[in-house]
Amino acid sequence: MTEFFISQGMSAGFALVLASVIGILLIALPVMFAVAMVIYVDRKVLGAIMLRRGPNVVGPFGLLQSFADGLKVFLQETIIPSAANKGIFLLAPIITFTVALVAWAVIPFSETWVLADINVGLLYILAISSLSVYGITMAGWASNSKYPFFSAMRAAAQMISYEVSIGFILVCVVLFAGTFNLNDIVRAQEGFGLGVINAYVVHPLLFPMWVLFFISSLAETQRTPFDLTEAESELVAGYQTEYSSMAFALFWLGEYANILLMCSLNTLLFFGGWLPPIDWAPLYYVPGFIWFLLKTFVFFFMFSWIWATVPRYRYDQLMRLGWKVFLPMSLLFVVLISGWLMLTRYGGAA
Amino acid sequence: MTAFAFYLFAILVIASAAMTILARNPVHSVLWLILAFFNAAGLMVIIGAEFLAMLLVVVYVGAVAVLFLFVVMMLNIDFAEMRAGFMKNAPLGVVVAIILLAELVLGIGAYRAGKLDLGTPLGDAAPMAGASNTEALGVLMYGKYLFLFEVAGIILLVAMIGAIVLTHRGQRSTRGHQNIAKQNARRPEDATINVKPEIGKGVEL
Repeated sequence: MTEFFISQGMSAGFALVLASVIGILLIALPVMFAVAMVIYVDRKVLGAIMLRRGPNVVGPFGLLQSFADGLKVFLQETIIPSAANKGIFLLAPIITFTVALVAWAVIPFSETWVLADINVGLLYILAISSLSVYGITMAGWASNSKYPFFSAMRAAAQMISYEVSIGFILVCVVLFAGTFNLNDIVRAQEGFGLGVINAYVVHPLLFPMWVLFFISSLAETQRTPFDLTEAESELVAGYQTEYSSMAFALFWLGEYANILLMCSLNTLLFFGGWLPPIDWAPLYYVPGFIWFLLKTFVFFFMFSWIWATVPRYRYDQLMRLGWKVFLPMSLLFVVLISGWLMLTRYGGAA
Repeated sequence: MTAFAFYLFAILVIASAAMTILARNPVHSVLWLILAFFNAAGLMVIIGAEFLAMLLVVVYVGAVAVLFLFVVMMLNIDFAEMRAGFMKNAPLGVVVAIILLAELVLGIGAYRAGKLDLGTPLGDAAPMAGASNTEALGVLMYGKYLFLFEVAGIILLVAMIGAIVLTHRGQRSTRGHQNIAKQNARRPEDATINVKPEIGKGVEL
C-alpha cells in the first residue's frame, strides 16, 4: 500500500504513516465487528446447548443484539468509586482493550494480508499477551475493593502459570518450522501430513502439544473451566465488579478479542492457518482468509461448547494442572521433538 | 522517521524513569518502571535488536515486573512512618547520590573527551550476512559460548532450587493439603448411602 501512495506523489515517510494507519483500521475495525458477532454466536450456542433460544429479539435472528448491548453501555453513566485510585482505575480497561487489539498486527489473515510481517512474530505475540495481565491487576488494585483484588491475584497467578507452558509449546512449533515468523510457520505446514494434509497437528509428537495448547489457551483467556477470576459464587464479578458503562464494555471487548486471538493462534500454529486443510489444487481457489476465518470459527465454537459443558476447576486444581502436569509434559516434549528432529531432519548426531 | 521514533522513546524512557523515583505511591512507581522497560524495548527495536527487545518485554515486563507489582501491592505502606525514617537514612542516601553523580560526570566527561575507537568488528563479532537476529544469537550462544551459556543456566537452576528449599515446609505441615489421586478414586458409593428409614426412627451412620 505504501508504494501506491508514493506513486500518487506523496513523500515516503508520509505514505508509510498513512498506509500503516489504513492497515491498522482495516484490521481493528473488522476485529471489533468479529468480536460483536462472536459474542452473539457465543450466546446462541450456549442457548442451543441449554435448550433455550438465545438472543432473538433485536434484528433478524437477534443478530444486532451485541450492537444493542454496546449502545446500552455507551449511554450508561461511568461510576468511579470514591475510594478508587482514579487514574489507574480508568487506565486499566484501556490497557486491556489496547493490548488485546495490538497483538493482531502480526496475525496473517492470508498470505499477503498481514500488517507487520516481522521475523519475531510469535515472540511478539508472547510479549503482548504477557502484558494483558496488567490491565486486570491494575483494575483489581485500583478498585480498592476486596473482590476485585482477589480476582486480580488469581488472574495474574493463572496467566503467569499457563504462559510458561504456552512458551514451551510454542518452542515445539518453532523447532518444527525453524522460524518465529507466523507466515513462514504457516508455509512450513504445506503438505506436512504425508504430503497431503496442511496441518502440524497430524504429527504424533505435535498432537499432544496442540491439546495442551488448546487447554492452556482456555486458561490464558480465563474461559470455563478456568474462569476462576469471574467465579460468581465467590467473587461477584471478579475484577470488573466496580466497573460500569464503557469501562466495563472495554474489558468485555478485550476479553473476546483475546479469545479470538487464541483461536486464530490455534489455527495458525497447528491447523495450517490460511492454507486449505488438504493440499489439493482446486481448494487453493478459495481465498486464504476464508480458510483462516473458517478454522478460527471452528475453534471459537469449541470454546463456547466447552463453556456450556464443563464445570469450573477448583483453584488448587488449576495451579496443579499448570505447574505439575502441563509444565513437565511440555518440557519433555521439547526434548523429544528436538531429538526427533535431530534424528530425522539433521542427520543424527551432528 | 527513525529520528522521531528515537526521540519519542528516549524522552519517554527518561521521563518514566524520573517519574519512577518521583511518584509518591509505590504502585505508581512500579507502573512507571514498567513503562520505562517498555520504551527501552522500543529503543532496541530501532537499533535492529528485535529479538532482545521482545525478550526484554517477555521477561522483565511480563514476568519480573508482575511479581514486583504484586509485592508492592500487598505492602501496607504507612507514609508517615516512611517520612519519619527520612533523617536517619539521609546520610546513606547522600553518599549514594554523590557516587551516582560522580559516575555520571565521569561518563559524560569521557564521552566528551572523544569517543572510543572500537574499530570494525572482525571474526565472530562481525555481523553474519543474511542471518536474522535470532539465528545470529543462537549460533553464538550454542556455538562459541556454549560453555558459558550452560554455566549460566546451571547457576540459575541452583539459585532456583535454593529458593525452593528455603520456602519448602514439607508436605505434612501444610494445612489443607490435597491428595488428588485419592479424590479421583472416590466414587459416589463411598460417600453416599441410600436408606429408607422407618418413620420415627433415626439413621445409623
